[in-house]
Amino acid sequence: MTYIPISSAERDAMLKTVGVKSLDDLFEAVPAKHRFPELNLPPALTEMEAAAHLGELASTNENVREHLISFLGAGAYHHYVPSVVDHMLRRGEFYTAYTPYQPEISQGTLQAIFEYQSLMTNLTGMEVSNASHYDGATAAAEAVNLAYAQYRGKRKKLVLSPAVNPQYREVIRTYTQGMGVDTAGDDAENHDGGPEALIPLIDESTMLVTVQYPDFFGRIYDYTDLIKVAHEKGALVCVVANPTALVMLKTPGEMGADIVVGEAQPFGIPLWYGGPYLGFFTTKKSYVHKMAGRLVGETVDVRGNRSYVLTLTAREQHIKRERATSNICTNQGLLALCASVYMSTLGKQGLQEVANLCYQKAHYAASELSKLDGFGLCHTEPYFHEFVLCCPKPASEVNQYLLDNGILGGYDLGKDYPDMQNHLLVAVTEMNSKDEIDTLVEILKEM
Amino acid sequence: MANIVEPTIFELSSPGRRGVTMPASDVPEASLPPKELLRSELPLPELAEVDVVRHYMKLSKFNYSVDDGFYPLGSCTMKYNPKINEDTCRLPGFLFTHPLQPIETVQGNLALMFEMQEWLKEISGFAGVTLQPAAGAHGEFTGVLMMAAYHKLRSDTKRTKMLIPDAAHGTNPASVGMLGMQVVTIPSDERGNVDLEKLKAACDDTVVGMMLTNPNTLGMFDEHIEEVVKLVKDCGGLMYGDGANLNALLGIVRPGDLGFDVMHFNLHKTFSVPHGGGGPGSGPVGVSQRLVDFLPSPLVGIVEEGDDEMAPLYGFVTPKNSIGRMKAFHGHFGGGLVRSYTYIAMHGPDGLKDIAQYAVLNANYLQARLRGTYHIPYDRICMHEFVMEGQFEGSDVRALDISKRLMDYNFHPPTNYFPLIVHEALMIEPTETENKDTLDRFADALIKIAEEAKTQPELLHNAPSTTQFGRMDEVKAARELVLCCWLPENYEA
Repeated sequence: MTYIPISSAERDAMLKTVGVKSLDDLFEAVPAKHRFPELNLPPALTEMEAAAHLGELASTNENVREHLISFLGAGAYHHYVPSVVDHMLRRGEFYTAYTPYQPEISQGTLQAIFEYQSLMTNLTGMEVSNASHYDGATAAAEAVNLAYAQYRGKRKKLVLSPAVNPQYREVIRTYTQGMGVDTAGDDAENHDGGPEALIPLIDESTMLVTVQYPDFFGRIYDYTDLIKVAHEKGALVCVVANPTALVMLKTPGEMGADIVVGEAQPFGIPLWYGGPYLGFFTTKKSYVHKMAGRLVGETVDVRGNRSYVLTLTAREQHIKRERATSNICTNQGLLALCASVYMSTLGKQGLQEVANLCYQKAHYAASELSKLDGFGLCHTEPYFHEFVLCCPKPASEVNQYLLDNGILGGYDLGKDYPDMQNHLLVAVTEMNSKDEIDTLVEILKEM
Repeated sequence: MANIVEPTIFELSSPGRRGVTMPASDVPEASLPPKELLRSELPLPELAEVDVVRHYMKLSKFNYSVDDGFYPLGSCTMKYNPKINEDTCRLPGFLFTHPLQPIETVQGNLALMFEMQEWLKEISGFAGVTLQPAAGAHGEFTGVLMMAAYHKLRSDTKRTKMLIPDAAHGTNPASVGMLGMQVVTIPSDERGNVDLEKLKAACDDTVVGMMLTNPNTLGMFDEHIEEVVKLVKDCGGLMYGDGANLNALLGIVRPGDLGFDVMHFNLHKTFSVPHGGGGPGSGPVGVSQRLVDFLPSPLVGIVEEGDDEMAPLYGFVTPKNSIGRMKAFHGHFGGGLVRSYTYIAMHGPDGLKDIAQYAVLNANYLQARLRGTYHIPYDRICMHEFVMEGQFEGSDVRALDISKRLMDYNFHPPTNYFPLIVHEALMIEPTETENKDTLDRFADALIKIAEEAKTQPELLHNAPSTTQFGRMDEVKAARELVLCCWLPENYEA
């Protein structure tokens, strides 16, 4: 299959205009001994064959819609996506456009991003949002970059809660390996303390404190006091938040957070085996010049029409080059649109219904599961839609048993926390019916 | 007060209006967390589904896209994105698999990823590939981290300098800046190649390596590529290839064969992942043998060999000296890898070579048609793109004016003011998916515009005049910094 719309007669006419005899003649600058390698790749498929082949690969998987009942979250959540969302994303005008460098003919993308920024600031209780990051983990790493730039590298301590998603902590370590950052608190064997345990670690050399809300174990803490202490020491605070939970819970903005980041996959983006997702990044207006990423601002055109442009571009790599805060260029534009359409279609009340269903079902599941012999809730703090279940056996065995019964169990916390081998992180969303929860309980009862 | 062309989603809101509703709860009611933990208000829009659809439909019509017409944005490879990709990436088996599912339940995904790694290795001549990076710049950062880790493991701690040609994308120096390395800029010579003498002078035992885009952002394949690579390697440096321009090289030459140690792929340029109005992209990275142990973790590997009856079991493996994880989970699987996999599978080896050949033919054809009307500072056979000057002697018309005027002819403008080494640069990349008629119409428009620049320059200064929006006041946007809006009732706060 080819998508090249040039006939051989047209090709010959074009070659003549260029002044060469053949297509191969265009490549004389390429070293002859390496020119035109034989590529050992499978022969080309037609569209019909490709559709069949991909269909076969996809159907080799067991998916959470057709085959498995899922209670797996840990950073990616199975939610209902209203039909409208994909209908809008499939508009070629949106998905086949580039970054809106030419605002006169990109107002659709620009206004959509402006609205996305507005939706995220209103959700998080913050003042500004950028146009997105690759995912929640890289957004959390970029928050460290912001703090590092804010203190011009003079403060190098990061206080990182062990109850931040382990993958996010790993990404922060990768991103900061050349910066000489001194990290405290990131200790997988000491994870039960909550915010109080972090307070003694904050000192005058601390640039940033990073916590998660609800934390990786599902616990909800009010970080107001922690943030107050951090501010007294001059440190910034980044809260990694779940957007569905924010629909119900007190905003990090209200607690005084300086940066609120997170993974917006729950807002209309399919699980898609882990990506692409949508990292959101919101902060206070005073840090906007240190924030990475694209930013859309309101303006007018010469005809007096309200319109939108990319603004403060002088912060970015294509202008500032090696002095830019970050090298980010491409972001997750289409998925920011996805989250916007999701939020708009459900609206305030629909979102509240989703959040409430998650909360109610998770609490029903927790209450039923903890009645089982040998099982119990590991924590006593309030939680939203995810909680830690202590099991009588290693979580890996429990999960295998559940899988044999068509259930994708929770996340095995023993993988990241050595003393949590028997602990399962269970997620429940509006997609889990009471029947599914009852089935989970019944099957575990028989284990 | 400005005219409002389309209200924001917040302005369209009306309290009590409903969109999609959720089912009633089927479980006994639990009490909510204490009031101090709940938010007091949720200032988000309230709309009906039809309001939402009409709003976004209207916005979509304010956009120009590849599906609308010619989009010759240099260095961005705005090719047509086959529609079949949109279907394959939405197959339920891909959409509804959780990234943390046991590997036994996602063998289809892992087989696709494994094969994709193998294909990218074959296309580029590298020994290893990671699919994890989310975009080109993310891939660059990954590559630079690996280069630093390589020298560090060898205790070669003197190496702090990265050589970067003056024609490079801004992401190159910015990636290096994220690691606190020093950037040494290498000038280009009069044929658009790396200046060999200047490079020679910069090569010493403090060099981490060189980041080279080849073909470079002038669209020129470096005529001394082998000498450049040799100079960098002889001083102990590593060669980084910016794969932004890989579209010109498919089946033409493999960067690995030329001696590059690391290169990122832009699946959203070369392999037809749509650009999405600015993402998501996908930026896998290929490496030579000496960097394979440093790749980010995890990679997809075979964890149990197969035989005649059993397929192998695919799973995740961690390289020995891995730089770590670059993002959560496994890369841009659904929106990136599945689309590109479909695209490569449908092209095969010959189809890929055709892509490069016709991309290069189209660029050279346009260059030939515009030569004489516009000054082309580096004038030789180009690769997939070329750069010309958007200015004329004795005229105050600038590249920006020409770009804006092109909109009146219903074309997307080329990249302008980049690369920085060409005055009033217009960087034109037609891609292989445009026919001769389109290229002719575009060349005719540019020739006409050159004439207008002389006879009616105000047409250019005031352009665009036929689009829905005119030029924007960018100063006002930066000065007033209105970066979000609220519900009408929240404006007081």
